[in-house]
Amino acid sequence: MSDIVIRAENLGKRYRIGERERYLALRDLLASAVSSPMRRFVSGKSFLSNGNHGSAHHGDENQSSIWALKETSLEIRQGEVVGVIGRNGAGKSTLLKILSRITKPTTGWAEIDGRVGSLLEVGTGFHPELTGSENIYLSGAILGMSKREITRKFDEIVSFAEVEKFIDTPVKHYSSGMYLKLAFSVAAHLEPEILLVDEVLAVGDAAFQKKSLGKMGQVSREGRTILFVSHNMTAIRALCSRAVLVRDGEVASSGTVTDVVDDYLLGVATEGSARDWPDPAAAPGNENVRISYMRVISGEGKPVITIDSGAEIKIGFENFRKNINLGCTVRVTNSEGVLIFVSSYRISSDGDSRCGIHHMKCRIPGHLLNAGRYSVDLIFGKDQRWMLFQIDSVVSFEVKNTATGRGSSMTLAPGVIRPLLSWSHSFEEESSLVNQL
Amino acid sequence: MQRLATLDFPSYRQKPARQRIAPPKDWLDLNLRELWNYRELLYFFVWRDLKVRYKQTAIGAAWAILQPFMTMLVFTLFFGRLAHIPSNGLPHPVFYYSALLAWTYFAGALQNSTTTIVENQRVITKVYFPRLLLPMAAVTSGLVDLGFGFIVFLGMLLYFKITPGGAILLMPFFLLLAVLTALGVGLWLSALNAVYRDVRYVVPFLIQFWMFASPVAYPSSLIPERWRWLYGLNPMSGVVEGFRWSLTGHGEPPSLLLAASTAMVLVLLAGGVMYFQKMEGTIADVV
Repeated sequence: MSDIVIRAENLGKRYRIGERERYLALRDLLASAVSSPMRRFVSGKSFLSNGNHGSAHHGDENQSSIWALKETSLEIRQGEVVGVIGRNGAGKSTLLKILSRITKPTTGWAEIDGRVGSLLEVGTGFHPELTGSENIYLSGAILGMSKREITRKFDEIVSFAEVEKFIDTPVKHYSSGMYLKLAFSVAAHLEPEILLVDEVLAVGDAAFQKKSLGKMGQVSREGRTILFVSHNMTAIRALCSRAVLVRDGEVASSGTVTDVVDDYLLGVATEGSARDWPDPAAAPGNENVRISYMRVISGEGKPVITIDSGAEIKIGFENFRKNINLGCTVRVTNSEGVLIFVSSYRISSDGDSRCGIHHMKCRIPGHLLNAGRYSVDLIFGKDQRWMLFQIDSVVSFEVKNTATGRGSSMTLAPGVIRPLLSWSHSFEEESSLVNQL
Repeated sequence: MQRLATLDFPSYRQKPARQRIAPPKDWLDLNLRELWNYRELLYFFVWRDLKVRYKQTAIGAAWAILQPFMTMLVFTLFFGRLAHIPSNGLPHPVFYYSALLAWTYFAGALQNSTTTIVENQRVITKVYFPRLLLPMAAVTSGLVDLGFGFIVFLGMLLYFKITPGGAILLMPFFLLLAVLTALGVGLWLSALNAVYRDVRYVVPFLIQFWMFASPVAYPSSLIPERWRWLYGLNPMSGVVEGFRWSLTGHGEPPSLLLAASTAMVLVLLAGGVMYFQKMEGTIADVV
């Protein structure tokens, strides 16, 4: 029975939200201390928030603080590779930051047994003026390797990154791909007992990503404990033995990867394929647009969305921007995190958008999407360039694996799309050779 | 699964004892053992600062020598020749340069430590290491420049045919005092600047004012005897006089002055460490 190497009990992290201003100036502090001593002086001393995530903003506008993480407890055993999943803003990165000792928790405690390496970003410590080899030493030292260790692994790091020819040029001359490969390579050769990884596998081109995933797999087979935050369900399924779902700052579920991923998708799906916001104050939006409803129903008026029925996305919103080129885009992503398609519509292209309530319908044809769960992002833009408002995973829907009018069920076929293609066949001539089975 | 025992740990970092992560305490929470474990990283930070600084300047290391030297020339001309400020029997250039060695180091260390936390915000928000290393590195990198300046000073001693005397053996003590002073003030400035971003604009004025409050351009013997203890509360008074005395053998061995300065340095350092530690837990949130 393995030992517990990470134990966290009731970890919580609170960020105080200031008046939109990130930095204090000493002169402001002094000025306000003179003008209104009590309140302003106390609030002036509080630590201002740092990048609050999207979903946390809804309804939190009036509060002075926000709990990015509340009452989180977990236990991780040596050798486990644990995936941490959850929506953006759920608190996954905060959890990792606390376990990496980058920021201190507001409540609770954690105990860690063993050297921790944190990969929260690619290129930690790199300085553009220094050469590739100098940066390998610098970044390696910052990440926690000793000089001797770096020297020992130097050649391996350089060859994994495929930058042998450029190792003595300053990295400011590297292409972004080379830079990322070198940075990831240094980090990948860290050998701590516990590795905390935050979505860094999505760097570089496809070939390099495959290599990185392979390296992660190798690291996990060496018996290290890994905590892996990602949105990529495929990577999580491939690497992790266990998963944890973080929702709204708490551990909502923990268990096998299949179960937890299902819980995650269920969470996304139960928020429904139809959402209505009758009260504009609580509806998602900003000073440009405000959504009043969004529904995904089956095309052709059928009760259920099937492979052949297609779907219809209905959007109702209120527009506040008069006389612009207003456009709308939907993005559909499947449960593996694969972006299936992006589709846009120019609501007004002559600079004549009208303020008021609008309704839109978007028809997804049948025989396009394969069976499964999908989530929809909605973006409103101006001049097809500027973003006015964006909301991710606002609704989800499920395509059932049946086809009405073609028998009651179809075999579950793999593939992202399920097109109905036209096939043709003709017989040319009889042959004398007969294969007797 | 392969047992971890077969993996090798880098020899300089033994497997750490169980670490506990908890909300920050209010009092002094200094983990010296951890700082010692991270000494290689301190070296790398200093190495990086020096490498980057010298790669970016056209004259590189020469700047380390030019700065105190040029200031010394200006002082010799205006304070020495024109204003006739006394110099304790030393030739003016030597009088000023010996003090400027300490002062240039101190001013540079303050400038570097004020901005170090903010400049390194990317690293701070992504990796853990004792944040104390950053002001420590800022204060250490100036020592290399001090070394170059010292070589020039030896040349000056030869030129003016001055022999320092036995007091030069006490030089390391004054050097240590200079480093601790720079660190003490630097800790305050780096933590303050991380929270209140305009502190760095105050620092150049602070340094200028401080220089005139220290015996750089004039000897401390100008200060009346009964005020000398108050004058000594400026920690740099003790450092500068000490430098001058040990390097040249001239001037009085600073006694009350030095005692007051040393006490002040220790207070500044202790306060600096405490304030810095208080900021440390949340620096990643503010920066």
